[in-house]
Amino acid sequence: MINQSDNVLKLNSINRRMFILAAAKVILLGGIVSRLFFLQVKENKKYLTLSDKNRIREWKLPPVRGHFEDYFGNTIAGNFEAYELHLIPEEIENFKYTINRVRNILQLSENQFQKILKKKDQIKPWENLIVSNNLTWENFSKINNNLYDLNGVKPVISVSRNYPFKENYTHVLGYVSQANEQDIISNEIIKEKFVQGLKVGKIGLEKTFENDLIGTNSIERYEVNAYGRRISQLEFQKGDKGKTIKLTIDTEIQKLTNELLAEKAGSICVMDIFTGHVIAMHSSPSFDPNKFVFGINTDDWQLIRNDPMKPLVNKSLSGNYSPGSTIKPIVALSALENKIINANFRVNCKGHKEPLELYGQTYHCWKKEGHGIVDMREAMKQSCDTYFYEVARRLGVDKLSETAKKFGLGKKVFEDLFEIEKSGLVPSTSWKKNVLGINWVLGETIITGIGQGYIQTTPIQLCLMTAQIANGGHKIIPKLIVDSKTDDEDKFSPIVEDAKNMKLVQDAMFSSTNEVRGTSYKSRIDDPKYQFAGKTGTAQVKRITKQDRELDLDTSEIPYEERDHALYIAFGPYKNPRYAVSIVIEHGGSGGAVAAPLAKQLFKKIIDRHEIRKNFESNKYLNI
Amino acid sequence: MYLHNRLESKSNFFQKIKDIDFILLAGILLLGIISISTMYSTDGGQVLFHTKSHFVKFILFTGLMLLISFLNIRFWFSISYIAYFIIILMLIWTVNFGITASGSQRWINLYFINLQPSELMKIFIILCLAKYFHRKRLENVNSFYSIIFSMIIILLPMSLVIIQPDLGTSILISISGILVLWFSGLNHKYFFYSFLISILSLPFIISFLKPYQKLRVLTFLNPDRDPLGAGYQIIQSKIAVGSGGLFGKGFLQGTQSYLEFLPEKHTDFIFTLFSEEFGFLGSVILLLLYAIIIYRVIKIGSISRSYFAKLFCYSFGGSLFVFITINMSMVLGLLPIVGSPLPIMSYGGSSMLATMIGFGIVMSAKIHSKQAIA
Repeated sequence: MINQSDNVLKLNSINRRMFILAAAKVILLGGIVSRLFFLQVKENKKYLTLSDKNRIREWKLPPVRGHFEDYFGNTIAGNFEAYELHLIPEEIENFKYTINRVRNILQLSENQFQKILKKKDQIKPWENLIVSNNLTWENFSKINNNLYDLNGVKPVISVSRNYPFKENYTHVLGYVSQANEQDIISNEIIKEKFVQGLKVGKIGLEKTFENDLIGTNSIERYEVNAYGRRISQLEFQKGDKGKTIKLTIDTEIQKLTNELLAEKAGSICVMDIFTGHVIAMHSSPSFDPNKFVFGINTDDWQLIRNDPMKPLVNKSLSGNYSPGSTIKPIVALSALENKIINANFRVNCKGHKEPLELYGQTYHCWKKEGHGIVDMREAMKQSCDTYFYEVARRLGVDKLSETAKKFGLGKKVFEDLFEIEKSGLVPSTSWKKNVLGINWVLGETIITGIGQGYIQTTPIQLCLMTAQIANGGHKIIPKLIVDSKTDDEDKFSPIVEDAKNMKLVQDAMFSSTNEVRGTSYKSRIDDPKYQFAGKTGTAQVKRITKQDRELDLDTSEIPYEERDHALYIAFGPYKNPRYAVSIVIEHGGSGGAVAAPLAKQLFKKIIDRHEIRKNFESNKYLNI
Repeated sequence: MYLHNRLESKSNFFQKIKDIDFILLAGILLLGIISISTMYSTDGGQVLFHTKSHFVKFILFTGLMLLISFLNIRFWFSISYIAYFIIILMLIWTVNFGITASGSQRWINLYFINLQPSELMKIFIILCLAKYFHRKRLENVNSFYSIIFSMIIILLPMSLVIIQPDLGTSILISISGILVLWFSGLNHKYFFYSFLISILSLPFIISFLKPYQKLRVLTFLNPDRDPLGAGYQIIQSKIAVGSGGLFGKGFLQGTQSYLEFLPEKHTDFIFTLFSEEFGFLGSVILLLLYAIIIYRVIKIGSISRSYFAKLFCYSFGGSLFVFITINMSMVLGLLPIVGSPLPIMSYGGSSMLATMIGFGIVMSAKIHSKQAIA
């Protein structure tokens, strides 16, 4: 049928084409092999990295926050083991049954229950559903007892913030709470270390030192599959605990200040007059910061927020008060320094019968009967207003403000340590012209001389001022953190020209506390070990009208908001001064009656603690 | 006559066994072992469904292959047209009553097995066209009539498969057919022009593609345009192959497949898993094994006396090569993703059945290489 020659032709053709195709095949095969070579040998590193990126996932754990310690190494903000309860939905056979069991054991409210159910819908089934992050021990053990029929329920022990001294340190340390969006946006380090449930400082030193305290996350590396499920743990990289920050504060004294200010609104500050160490700094009323760690409940929050004594305000740092008569040592010093007066300069105080009159304004002394002829020492002792009206008039506000600023008034004591610290105000003629646009009038100088009018100070400023008076007029740099670096250049450099003037002022303050007719004579301590010198102050919060003067009401008869602030500044022991104190009681009445008695109790404690502090310090160096 | 044949076959039985191409057989068995171990790895190092099923099918179809190889090559010549016709009927059946899976209707339920006739068509179209051109004189190959006839033979199954829809298989069927045309001596210029026309009409064809197919083309051109969606497969496949390196991650150590980053790892992307675990060297060895098998198939073609057997072997060898090349190019990101299994390696009964039938016929050609077909 098919002839032979055709067959030969066909075979020739097919063999020829076979060779053509074989050549093509070799080329294609070479292409595939070179592609394999490119991917597997040349680009191997790149794809290996991509493959690891695929399969390895990191889980950050919350970092362990650094502690705060007081001067003696006691933990004042630490960590405690918080009992948490997690559910892993995919491990639970009957979710409805389990969640209801848990609900019954923990006695969850309907609201909490719904919140948990809502959270469950937002997470993947193998992720942890946090039912509670702070169980009581009782509930925690109840859950543990019932674990046998609670599959997928995991009691977890984690670390959370604890403030063992509760309200004592609130205004110094602040508190931590759950990081919110604002915290994450404003701080890169929080952003980097953020994990669900991370707590960060919201206020106070907790916030200022956030970046030191926060620590580093522990990292768990897991191999995961394409759906993100953990297959096996590859590595656990332990994070570092945050830095421990040591304060200069003595907890014993801090606690005493809290007790002294109980039921009162105000502040007590105690400072070492040589080192600038803040020994105590308390603002009252305070509140328990532990309540904020897991989010404060609405009732407690309303209670704190609506308290008329304003527990949320840090009065030591952001309370602006007229210094009242506590400014008088500075007025006297300034006048002496500027040689306006000498120690023997005398003024006749005639009381309300014949007050100082200037351009139709009258300026009364606080004492109706008057003090008679007084010199500087006597005027300071009895806090004669008329004397200081006259001194201020001669001195002028600008010279006064210069001296006041040298002693630390009018600017922040801790610079940028606290967001909320106020700088107070030391007025001058140029200040008024620039800020208010009005010329200074002499009457304003007169009242500035007794610490009224524009002048504003914070309790910590008054404390610093007193400390610098006590150390003989040397500049100190207040410290709240041990080992914090400060410029040593102008440290302890003199800020008065004549040390004799300083001595005169100190002596005048001594008489005010320790001599008969002194304004704080009743609060004196005769034992030279504890003996201190001070100056009372009573700051008006409203102008005293003629009517008020005639009524002459007792403090308890005046509405709370209109009562005077009671102030007291002091240093001791007088013979060999070491500590300065400032006390402010808001709307407390007279400084001599209300504030000064607290100093008496305070100094006993401070001086007693001094030995311990000194020994602790020398021991510390010995150990090294 | 019948009795004579029987006696002859009986006396020839041992002769036939002796004539089996043992190199090809060994190659196929080795490939089978590799494919079963790879399947074991896809099952996560356990003998699960895919491993068991693949193993059973391989044993079954190897037996079938040997059975086929003992049948005279003339038998295959005689049933070529009928077989082609039966499969066309099966494809029509599929279009109407087939089983649908993942959006395409490709399978016939035969109760004991779900058969994919389009896979069988890859082999039987070669058989059909080989018979046709065996009977043609060389000068008639380029006649108008024979071109039209072969066009119909190719386009009919193609269109039946395209509407399933299964673009990949229909392209592979057409390539099988075109290879026969090439070997049968169809004028070069036809291939050249049709290649030119298809290139020029590519944009036009693309506009007719279904949206998901268009997406595949776009994804091929730039996998990173949707790395978690359409580009996911190819990106993960390249990562798996690339991370394998020179020596691979080791058997059962392929993280990409273990942790389920690789989709379709049992079927079209089986080479990715193999390459991840055995690296560049393993992949080249696998390619070498395929090359040896194809070489043997072609070698058998070259020693066959009959033009039909020659045509079949050459075309079958060529199409095997094309299937392998297309599959590998696809998983290595050189071609857009079209459904094309890797012969023997990929999971899938019909594909393996078709390949084994092909090998069976080739072996039959070897055993009966002296046989002339009138």
